[in-house]
Amino acid sequence: MLIELAIGALKAIVIVLLVLNLTAVLLWFERKGSALIQDRIGANRAAVLGMGRRLGLPNLGLVNTLMADPLKLFTKEDFVPEGADRFLHGLAPFLALFPILITFAVVPIGDVLQIGAQTINLQAAHLDVAALYLLAVIGIGVYGLALGGWASNNRWSLLGGVRATAQMISYEVALGLAFLSVIVTYGTLDLQEICRIQGGVWFGWLPRWGILVQPVSFLLLLTAGMAESKRVPFDVPEAESELVAGYFTEYSGGKQAVFMMTDFAEVVLAAVLITLFFFGGWQVPWLYHDGFHFPGPHGAFLRLPNYAVAILQIVSFWVKTVFFCAFQILVRWTLPRFRYDQLMRFGWKGLVPVGLLNLMVTALVVVLLGAKY
Amino acid sequence: MPLWLFFFLGTLAVLAALGVILQSNPVHCLLALAVNLLDVGVIFIGLGAVTIGLLQIIIYVGAILVLFLFVIWLLNLQAEGFSGYLGLKFFGAIGAAALAAELAAIFWRAAPISRLVTAPAGQGSIYSLGRALFSDYLVAFEVTSILLLATVVGAIGLARRIPSSAGQFERTGAGVPKPGET
Repeated sequence: MLIELAIGALKAIVIVLLVLNLTAVLLWFERKGSALIQDRIGANRAAVLGMGRRLGLPNLGLVNTLMADPLKLFTKEDFVPEGADRFLHGLAPFLALFPILITFAVVPIGDVLQIGAQTINLQAAHLDVAALYLLAVIGIGVYGLALGGWASNNRWSLLGGVRATAQMISYEVALGLAFLSVIVTYGTLDLQEICRIQGGVWFGWLPRWGILVQPVSFLLLLTAGMAESKRVPFDVPEAESELVAGYFTEYSGGKQAVFMMTDFAEVVLAAVLITLFFFGGWQVPWLYHDGFHFPGPHGAFLRLPNYAVAILQIVSFWVKTVFFCAFQILVRWTLPRFRYDQLMRFGWKGLVPVGLLNLMVTALVVVLLGAKY
Repeated sequence: MPLWLFFFLGTLAVLAALGVILQSNPVHCLLALAVNLLDVGVIFIGLGAVTIGLLQIIIYVGAILVLFLFVIWLLNLQAEGFSGYLGLKFFGAIGAAALAAELAAIFWRAAPISRLVTAPAGQGSIYSLGRALFSDYLVAFEVTSILLLATVVGAIGLARRIPSSAGQFERTGAGVPKPGET
């Protein structure tokens, strides 16, 4: 009992820390990656006692983005504008971040790990309607932005908050439709089960990943997921040329950092969902619970112990996730911003009809073929 | 769900409901309502109706209350004191008394907690819900959805601008003060 409790707590802490650290690394990747794209040098100032230069290494800006900037942000004055709703102004950033962080509770980062007599399910909380839970919690995340904009007593903030809220609930419809198609395809709402179903191969060599049967749904989820994170090209809520900084105009220091962290956590969440639904989650091609079964006429087999399989699965999951995070950052630095009416039209007249059509076709195929994935 | 948890969540729900009616700022009232609905969703989940609980959170907290927030913003509602209308107080008192009497009657007639039976296993799961909605009560479900669809179409019809005047409005920019005019 106590051991199970300890394992559960450990899993929860490890997953949250992984996500939080990934957001920080993404911040670094965003700054250096954008510099690379725009042929700049990027962050290269701060260093610990000039260590890098003494050793003749290039400054990668790691100290800037991972230590100096957060330190600077968290030691700055925490400014609350006059006439603001102090309580809600303080609450809003956390109300935005918290729902995004608890979504990761149901994310499976691996299959099962055997340690002695203990069988550990590599998922913080096992829930058989996890997909619904995700939608519910993502929906609550809207309040942080809306209230942050409203409580600041500033028109730019309020406009940013209104835009953010409208954008998020609009794209949640497309997100929900993408979810539904996926759920109809797999026939389950359990994320761990969805990953397990994607194990195995087609034609003897092709991994049974969801992208091959639901490509439209993949594009929907990718687009809607990027829109949910409110970053370019979907960043009208914080469009700096129109609204100063949108809903977090009146935020400074630590609370501003929390809002930024929320954006990056949403990037991670979108990448995690894409990985889970369409790229096999923690599946490694041709890796089964007892080892690798390579395709081919002779069918080479490499036996692996359980812990090696679990480690490979966890690594596979995070490699895929980081890849899709990087992809989103690449998109963010490549495309220009939508205008607000274009954004709304794209969501309601583009993504939603496509999602509905995709859902109908999926349902029809599943019923007609009696298809079990 | 353990009894202490039920009492905790129940108390929280009542406190949040009091927050809805006792606060003067409409946004604070809305937040209290959000807490209340979230809490009721959690009670559903605790009682085994996980799907219903999550749907309650998705639909009420995630969608409908956000629309309430928009209405509050669009109508620019400000904090206001308690209404001074005597008639409102009079009929309000009658309504409150009726509701209190109903609640008392329910408590009087209800089975004691020890005699409550637990739901059979699988009750409240997404499978049982899907079966109930799409086979047992299919006709009622479809009729309700058509009713909602008709409401949506009607609302759009009411909200639609008349094309000719709308076009003129946008082209001439009427209502927008010219520079120096104000």
